[in-house]
Amino acid sequence: MIPTQLQRSGSGSTQSPRSPSSQEPFLSVSVIDPAKMGNGVQAYISYKVITKTNLPDYQGPEKIVIRRYSDFVWLRDRLFEKYKGIFIPPLPEKSTVEKFRFTAEFIEMRRQALDIFVNRIASHHILQQSEDLRIFLQADEQTMERARSQEIGIFKKKPADLMQIFKDVQSKVSDVVLGKEKPVEESTPEYEKLKRYIFELEDHLAEAQKHAYRLVKRHRELGQSLSEFGKAVKLLGTCEDNALGKVFSEVGDKAEIVSVKMQREAHHLLMNFEESLKDYVRAVQSIKATIAERANAFKQQCELAETIKFKEIDLNKLRLTRSEKLADAEREYDVLKADGEEATRRFEAIVQLMNEEIVRFQEQKTLDMGLAFHEFAKGQAHLANGIAEAWRSLLPKLEACASS
Amino acid sequence: MMGSENQEGGEARLQASREEMESLVLDGDDGRDHIGNSITSQSYANYRSAMTTLSSSFAASHHPLSFPTPADSDPLLSPPSPQPPLLKSPNSPKPRTTATDDPRHLDPPSYADVVSSPLDDSIEANGGSESPSQHSENSASSFSRSPFSSSDYLEIVVSNPQKEAESSKNSIVPGNNAYVTYLITTKTNISDYGGSQFSVRRRFRDVVTLSDRLSEAYRGFVIPPRPEKSVVESQVMQKQEFVEQRRVALQKYLRRLAAHPVIKKSDELRVFLQVQGRLPLPTSVDVASRMLDGAGKLPKQLFGDSRSVMGPQDVVQPAKGGRDLLRLFKELKQSVANDWGASRPPAEEEDQEFLDRKQWLHDLEQHLTNASKQAEALVKAQQGLADTMGELGLAFIKLTKFENEEAVLNTQRVRAADMKSLATTAVRVSRYHRGLNAQTVKHLDTLHEYLVLMLAVHNAFSDRSSALLTVQTLLSELSSLHSRAEKLETASSKIFGGDKSRIRKTEELKDTIRVTEDAKGCAIREYERIKENNRCEIERLDRERRTDFVNMLKGFVTNQCFNLIGDHTQPKTMAWLT
Repeated sequence: MIPTQLQRSGSGSTQSPRSPSSQEPFLSVSVIDPAKMGNGVQAYISYKVITKTNLPDYQGPEKIVIRRYSDFVWLRDRLFEKYKGIFIPPLPEKSTVEKFRFTAEFIEMRRQALDIFVNRIASHHILQQSEDLRIFLQADEQTMERARSQEIGIFKKKPADLMQIFKDVQSKVSDVVLGKEKPVEESTPEYEKLKRYIFELEDHLAEAQKHAYRLVKRHRELGQSLSEFGKAVKLLGTCEDNALGKVFSEVGDKAEIVSVKMQREAHHLLMNFEESLKDYVRAVQSIKATIAERANAFKQQCELAETIKFKEIDLNKLRLTRSEKLADAEREYDVLKADGEEATRRFEAIVQLMNEEIVRFQEQKTLDMGLAFHEFAKGQAHLANGIAEAWRSLLPKLEACASS
Repeated sequence: MMGSENQEGGEARLQASREEMESLVLDGDDGRDHIGNSITSQSYANYRSAMTTLSSSFAASHHPLSFPTPADSDPLLSPPSPQPPLLKSPNSPKPRTTATDDPRHLDPPSYADVVSSPLDDSIEANGGSESPSQHSENSASSFSRSPFSSSDYLEIVVSNPQKEAESSKNSIVPGNNAYVTYLITTKTNISDYGGSQFSVRRRFRDVVTLSDRLSEAYRGFVIPPRPEKSVVESQVMQKQEFVEQRRVALQKYLRRLAAHPVIKKSDELRVFLQVQGRLPLPTSVDVASRMLDGAGKLPKQLFGDSRSVMGPQDVVQPAKGGRDLLRLFKELKQSVANDWGASRPPAEEEDQEFLDRKQWLHDLEQHLTNASKQAEALVKAQQGLADTMGELGLAFIKLTKFENEEAVLNTQRVRAADMKSLATTAVRVSRYHRGLNAQTVKHLDTLHEYLVLMLAVHNAFSDRSSALLTVQTLLSELSSLHSRAEKLETASSKIFGGDKSRIRKTEELKDTIRVTEDAKGCAIREYERIKENNRCEIERLDRERRTDFVNMLKGFVTNQCFNLIGDHTQPKTMAWLT
């Protein structure tokens, strides 16, 4: 377990890894040891998930299970279904390009992101109580596999559906054009503001992340060309006599050393800065999914309210005509009324949760970004100083050569 | 400087982001940022308050990530190591006054030179007034081994290209054959020039003439090659970019000539730089006309009506540029015999040292080409990094504005302040590194310059080879003349009293042999002269090369040592984290 990863994931009021036997309940998880399983097209990576806890429902003090990426996806989907209104921590993306699926870098980035994912769930005061989390952390591999294959297709929201909901949220015009009735949408000014904020935030963050990724690439490219340049300088030095030739050779060597530093910083930037920004983007996308859920719930509530109104009218008609269908109708009406209350309850719960979650989210992100920026500045300063020092050591020799 | 950067042919997007960076309000600048607009006290106050919030939040919070890094591992917290005095005054030519006074100048006082984009050479061509980019051209092409410490100097500026129409009195083709002239301004204290400052207008054709005459007059010397002719239509000729490129190339060429210790005192150059109106140098006749002239004389030469021999005055010129086709053929035959003949040529390049040197220069050229290519790639990569850093900064500036505008919770404002610090730092780093990169370009330019010189060295060596070929040809000719004379002798001795016609022929032959002997003497002297020129020039180049390369490396390495954090002349950019 890497302490920083754990700390990044959030306020760990339940984390006190010092004393497993203390009274204070804690739950700490780590995702480690990626290993390639299987062959060919069906090959995948498995991870060890280690749970250390003193919670009564869990098999403590420590339990190790083997999980793969789709298990994490299962957990995320289950939580998303059950805990509407809460921003479910985001997962790293599926890899689209086959070539990179098994590169060390990709695997390490994914492992890090998965570790953060589980820890965020474990430290969320509501989510950590989820039964699905317990299954994920404790169940044996066969149970896990059964659970995973059952759920595929049922709860999975197709991206297309989500996109449609987003579009509805953003453009009321389309509804009118398509001939639907008045749009069923919340439109309190605060909520509107929030939605707009979230959507715009994603754009800004995506751009920043794009540049961050490019910056990583540039570091790599510069490292590469420094190395090539160093070699060329060394070759050039072979044309010179002893003293000058040695100087050339040393310049070439230095360039190689600096090149290595560049590559190291590129990796550091990728893991600590660019990933943080990517994570931020994913978190915002998760919020968008919750916004969609809220819109759904609101729509249901409105539709039920409409249906109830019509039912009331029907009921009154039946009352007047003293129809024998009245009893049935009254029963149906009661059911509808209960459903309506349930829908309202569900919607209001989402609203309540979201309000809390937003505050939590903003505070968390300030901390996360603060750390990411610090890492960025530290890394760059370290690199710059390292480079300056390396070259500086050559100066006296060059000076001597120039004056001779 | 930023303004001139905008004119380079880069991506429009990049230009736009550069413009954005110019208009950034950078906090904590202490007014150093010449480009930036006024630093509002409001934003500075924000910065200050955010700073205290941030530091107190870090101190007070029980957030698990209280940075446990000890002072010595976090370079930001430890004091920067003492700088060697070298960094404060980098080795560079003396600053020119206009450079630092120029309001477009952005750079910290640690740069005595102008810092401008490498493509800036293409910008300032207005009215011949010296602008920062031309200063950069000054320092680029004149090596700093002896800037102006030598007693005589020759400063040349090429500017003010103008279209002129050729008065087509002579031409059959109607319409204007437009061409471009350039204003060439010279400042000098060389006595031969009899003046200290003057200007002339020249066209590219004049430059070709100058170059050709120099090649003829200074055989064996390493003469900088002139810019290439372009086989282009008049349409392209008049395009601004092409004209500008040519102006830069011409300036570089003339300055290289002026830097050559022998050529700068030559009459040809002086006349080119000084004489008003038409260039009083014999023009080079084009190949076709020469061939036609030569072809006209050829039958007479072959049938022996006119002198078919090379006279001494001819041998001092190479065969190639002349009209004597017969001589060309003879030398060609000789060179083929040299290469493919069964016997060794009459005189050979014996100088082993020369041959070794040739090989060494060949290797040098290979390595230079490689190094030059890698240097280009390196500079491009450095530029790319600096640019992307700037773009990242801009993206965060936008995010900062956004968060501040939309802030509902205070934590958002705190985050916005964090972002802003990062963003302004990134932009500053970006600018700094772009400046550094411009310096790198200047230093590594030495590699390109020497590649160009290699070409000139080839020319010097081929002068030598062609002179040798002339000697060899003459020697072959002489030996065949001698054998003809012998045959005539033996033939006529068989006839008692002599054969009138044969005697006459023998006399003629003896005359021819005499002239050819003279020519051979001249040719050999010329060859030796060229050999000596070669030797001196190679020696000079050797010395200069060593100095120039050391300075290049020193400049390059010194430049790489520059470090935004360690550079005390820069405002504390990383202070927000300490």
